[in-house]
Amino acid sequence: MGKPLLEVKNLCTYFKTRKGIVKAVDNVSFYVKKGETIAVIGESGCGKSSLAKSIMRLLPRNIHTYKGEIYLEDKDLMKLNEDGMNEVRWKKISMVSQAALNSLNPVIKVGQQVAEPLIIHNGIDKKIALERAKKTLSMVGIPETFADRYPFELSGGMKQRAIIAMALITDPDIIILDEPTSALDVLTQASIMNVLKTIKDKTAKTFMFITHDIAVSSELADKVAVMYAGQIVELASAEEFYKTPLHPYSIKLMASVPTLRADKKLEFIPGTPPSLIDPPKGCRFAERCPWRFERCRDEPPLFLTGNDSLVKCWLYESKGRK
Amino acid sequence: MEEKILLSVKNLCKWFELRKGLFGKAGYVKAVDGVSFDLKRGDAISLVGESGSGKTTLGKTILRLYKPTKGTIIFEGRDITNLKSKQLLEYRRETGLVQQDPYGAIPPFMTIRRVLEEPLAIHKIPKPERIKRIYNVLEEVRLTPVEDFIGKYPHMLSGGQQQRLVIARAMILYPKLIVADEPVSMLDASVRIEILTLLKELQKKHSLSVIYITHDLSTTRYFSEWIYIMYAGNLVERAPTKALLKNPLHPYSRALLNIIPDPDAENRFKIKDVPPGEPPSLVNPPEGCRFHPRCIHFKDGVCNKKVPEEIEVEKDHFVRCWLYD
Repeated sequence: MGKPLLEVKNLCTYFKTRKGIVKAVDNVSFYVKKGETIAVIGESGCGKSSLAKSIMRLLPRNIHTYKGEIYLEDKDLMKLNEDGMNEVRWKKISMVSQAALNSLNPVIKVGQQVAEPLIIHNGIDKKIALERAKKTLSMVGIPETFADRYPFELSGGMKQRAIIAMALITDPDIIILDEPTSALDVLTQASIMNVLKTIKDKTAKTFMFITHDIAVSSELADKVAVMYAGQIVELASAEEFYKTPLHPYSIKLMASVPTLRADKKLEFIPGTPPSLIDPPKGCRFAERCPWRFERCRDEPPLFLTGNDSLVKCWLYESKGRK
Repeated sequence: MEEKILLSVKNLCKWFELRKGLFGKAGYVKAVDGVSFDLKRGDAISLVGESGSGKTTLGKTILRLYKPTKGTIIFEGRDITNLKSKQLLEYRRETGLVQQDPYGAIPPFMTIRRVLEEPLAIHKIPKPERIKRIYNVLEEVRLTPVEDFIGKYPHMLSGGQQQRLVIARAMILYPKLIVADEPVSMLDASVRIEILTLLKELQKKHSLSVIYITHDLSTTRYFSEWIYIMYAGNLVERAPTKALLKNPLHPYSRALLNIIPDPDAENRFKIKDVPPGEPPSLVNPPEGCRFHPRCIHFKDGVCNKKVPEEIEVEKDHFVRCWLYD
């Protein structure tokens, strides 16, 4: 612990479209320490998947702007060329993508697919890689014999586990989980979360956990980043965030989470998020915010509050500034 | 509220035929297997289960989008189990379906007006009345100002607005029963509550009966009077919402309830109890209680031999489990 393992500074990722430039990730900064899990929470279209892909540098062709700094330990990934990035990708940072259930090749045996990153990125002999694949599969709760099966012989939950095994096999420093459970049933989801928790406990891996589900995010997060319209609006420790969210958007989002145990009246946020093509000049949430006032016409910086949270809202101006 | 039964389902089964090769022996996928319940006018039921538990098939069979294999469906005292074309059309008018994926449910080449006019035309509502109804229903689902929306195409709407349109289409014939099949699972968290609140409002206003199909127990307490838990084609527990959430009886219901997280930073240190294994194949479901291979209270010779009957443990609280025999 101590020094950040991954540090993102002022990252911007804009896409070119016919309608204009989409500012999917707009000036995002955060860091994660080794062994920590950061949960990135936000609605669809808030740029959380684009953030993940920007870190992995898996970008589509219509990229317009891609700037900022991404430090992995001391290395700035932005300065690496494509070959250099290939050395980082999967060896240092791996990813479980959103449509994971469809990302297995239907005509290749599961074991071989899980072993593939080792063969390609680490240049390990096929036989040894296959053995390692079996071990990794059993680590995520799949019997070793399943390595000889084809993806269609696996249930949804099993496939998801296999994909997680694939992200683990190269022993990377950071694993990005992009909505790893949102296509799964509740029970399957719970057992996948159990697997991730166990891995986190045993191997002290660093996760970046992207989700739109606040309740699920609390299953893994040490630290929470809330994204709205391409920007991080709140960065806080899990203890602070789930107890007292600070940004009006976080507060409203939390109020919309149905709970089984506590009685509360559910609220929803009227309106829709702004377009990322021409986002509002001031605070991007102002239009939907019940506490807006004149200051909100200017864009707020991230204010540091008493309990070390960062909040992008003028309401916290008096409590010190970073 | 009127204590009147709108819909009564008895021993309903829907089996899908399987064929092996050209002359091979056919088997069945027993998607719904012996479901019975009554639904009162103005009540909402949450039908909760995992994917593959048969909850969508049950919903569609009740709407007679599928023909039941066995059992009866009584709607307002009429047996609608084997209705044919013309009478079925009448039944269709009394019922509505809200689909899961709004984008897939609306033809992309139709304007909102045409989407809503089509059911009216099929049911031969006179033309001057049609536009009046379209305006009314759009106002009810708050796609307002109506003039702005009526000429739009589905792709011009956001996900939440599309789902409002699907609800409007289900409502436009003034039905008495709505089956809402995972109406919010494709939507963002903050929009979900908005749509559920709207559905609840419409339900109260028109004293609609609603069957709310979902895999998410946490939304049910805000929406329905009853929770029915479905597992592998059977209803394993039926109870008033509060009773079930407070005191779930069936081991499967307990597992479901137990794993739902409330946002809390402590969650990350807890490993949850999840029943091992996966839901069984519906072609050859396990003998006896279908949950027995995953159940922690499994009793050999009982659970794997006989199918448990539905027992009323407390008033209105039914469960199918040998623990309560």
